[in-house]
Formats: sequence, C-alpha cells, structure tokens
Amino acid sequence: MVTTVERVREVLSTVTDPEIPVITIEDLGILRDVQVDGEHVTVTITPTYSGCPAMDEIRADIRTALADQGVDDVEVKMVLSPAWTTDWMSDSGRDKLRAFGIAPPERRPGGPVLVTLGRRPASPACPQCGSRDTEELTRFASTSCKSLWRCLSCREPFDHFKDH
Amino acid sequence: MTSVAVDTDVAAYALRLGDDALVLGQRLGEWAAKSPQLEEDVALLNLSLDHLGAARSLLTRAGELDGTGRSEDDLAFLRDEPDWTNALLMELDGGDFGRTMTRQLLVAAYQLPLWQALSSSTDEVIAGVAGKAVKEVAYHLDHARSWVVRLGDGTEESHRRVQAGLDEVWPYAAELFERDELLELLIARGVAADPALLEPQWRETVEDVLAEATLTVPETTWRPTGGRRGAHTTGFGYLLAELQHLHRSHPGASW
Repeated sequence: MVTTVERVREVLSTVTDPEIPVITIEDLGILRDVQVDGEHVTVTITPTYSGCPAMDEIRADIRTALADQGVDDVEVKMVLSPAWTTDWMSDSGRDKLRAFGIAPPERRPGGPVLVTLGRRPASPACPQCGSRDTEELTRFASTSCKSLWRCLSCREPFDHFKDH
Repeated sequence: MTSVAVDTDVAAYALRLGDDALVLGQRLGEWAAKSPQLEEDVALLNLSLDHLGAARSLLTRAGELDGTGRSEDDLAFLRDEPDWTNALLMELDGGDFGRTMTRQLLVAAYQLPLWQALSSSTDEVIAGVAGKAVKEVAYHLDHARSWVVRLGDGTEESHRRVQAGLDEVWPYAAELFERDELLELLIARGVAADPALLEPQWRETVEDVLAEATLTVPETTWRPTGGRRGAHTTGFGYLLAELQHLHRSHPGASW
C-alpha cells in the first residue's frame, strides 16, 4: 500500500499519551508534523515540558504503531521550538480530559503565559460537578504538566492540566 | 545524523548552561523521600526534572559542537571534576529545606531573565531550550518565593534557619554575573546573555522577596568563584561520585 501523509496521520491518531491514555498525541498538540518522502516517513514531535519522561515512550509508540501497519522507514524528530503551549490542545482533547477527571487548561487569549509572583491561578471548574469553588493544593503534582486541586463543593480532589 | 560545524566557543557556553542545570537538578533530586511534606517531594523532583530536561539538550548540543562527538551521557557521566563548568552556587549542598529554598530563589530569579534573553540567542538549540525553560522557571520562582516568604515570615525558628541558609549561599550568587573572555565573544555574536543586563532584574526580584519575607540582605565582600574554570568546592566530588558511579562501574550497561 502507498504510504501517504493521510494514512500516517490516521495511524498516529491511535497513539496516546502514556501517562494520560485517553488523549492522543494529536489532541495534546505535541504531534507537530508528518512528512512522507517515498517510503521514508518523518514524524516531528515536541515535548510538553523540557524533562517530560514520556517522550522516549511516545517515540517508541509511534514507531510501533506505524510498524504494525507495515510502515518501517520512520524517523521521529524532536523539536523544542516553537515551545509547546496548552493552546495547541484540541477541543476534543479538552473534553476527553474532563471526562477522564482532569480539569483541562483554559482557553485564553494569545500570548505567553506569565506566571507573576504570588499570583493565584484562576480556579478551574471541578471536572466532577462543574463547580468553580475549587482550591489549589499543590502546583506540582503527579506529572510536570498537572497541578492538584480540590473541589470545595463536592469535596473531590482532581488533577488540573496547567495552562502553559 | 547530520553533521554540525565545530564551534568550541558555543560548545563551551552550552556546557556551562547544561552543567548548571544538571548539577542543580542532581541537588534537587536529593530531596526525594526527604522533604518536609509529600507535596514538596513531588515539587522538588518536578523542578529537578525540568533542569534535567534542559541539561540533556544542552549537553547534547555541547557534544555536537565541540568536535569530540561525545554524547550527553559521555559528558554527564565520564567527566572529572575539573572539566565541569557549573557555577559553584548550583553544587552547594542543599542543607536544610530553608537553605535549599533560598538557593532556589537566587537561581530562579537569575534564570528567569537569563532564559528570557536566551530565547533570542543566535544559537537555535540554546534559543529552543530557553523558550521552554522560561515558562518553567516562572513556576520555579513562584515556588521559591512562596516558601521563602512563608519560612522567613513564619516562626522565630523558621526565620532563623532560612536567614542562616541565605547568609551561606548569598556570596556564591556573584559568580553568576561574572564576565570573561568567552562571554565577551559570545555576547558580541548574539549567542550569550550579558550578565550585566540580568543582574538589576535579579537584584530587584530577590530584594522584593526578601523584604516580604522579613529577611535581611546579607552584606559581604567575599565572592567565591572558579566553577566556570573547573575549580569546585569539596562537596562537588561527592555529588559526582553519586551521579556517576553506576555508569562508571558498569560501562555500557543498559536496562
């Protein structure tokens, strides 16, 4: 079968984040580019955070998914620039996160995220009950990209995918 | 792999940045399972991971440009003390939690304007690393600030300890703003950040936080230096031993 960008993208739409398996690398916005030159495929990805330990696994998952479909000549490139931002996360990705119990990052106007000194982040809505009456427990949680919050209405703790 | 033209000056600068990140990341990692709260265990290791991520890209860049073909692992695990070019501040023993937090404040307040400036470095890898790190270090600074204020403006004992930690680490900050021949060259080429432009912002940030924390800015004329030339403190050898012993004891081993 002829290898095309569309076909490669279709295969890659099955590759999920190893730490948040409900969301694909495309939803997350870390799949940056796919190029096909004859049989040679170049997939470009970018890390969420500099030290994201999932990158090696994602790289391997991309190779495996493509190899399973007979695409073997694959190069996975990692680029740092432009720096990943949560603005690249798709709406369907945000919905999937919420359904999974993780409050997604907020959609916001363009421009860089400035974390100013002492600023309290805007409260995300609780993914369980939807209440905005939530409080941050710790800025650094189970993965670099998430913080830990608690809902003051339904009392459930939840992860929040940090705006970045 | 595409070959890259040798540029030992940029390699040396990437190595300084990478060594700073790796050594501080290693010190932060020492808090695993020892922090005063579970949340801080997680937080300090998150910060460590950010530094480690930056270090990996920077060491890889240094190895590409210096003409030796060394990998990030070669540079991290197979160099002896005199070949490391991190600032001494990064390698100091973390001491107690208060001292670790004052070092975090001094470093993050420096790295925020540093990475901002380097986001437009003419070296594309350094610029790429900086573009990511600048977003991360904003979190680091906020974290350090909140703890320094909480401890400084806390109990008599927490105030005493965080002030003592600050007094110990403070003299080492001066080295961050030293200029040498390499920096002169690379500032002119648009590769490196000019420390003279970073220091005013650093000082303002740090002094604001210390004032809020009711801490006293130490007064000292002692300016320990030498890290960029490979002259390190006694404790650095022990840090390297822990960092490197596994790799050196089992050459070529893999998981």
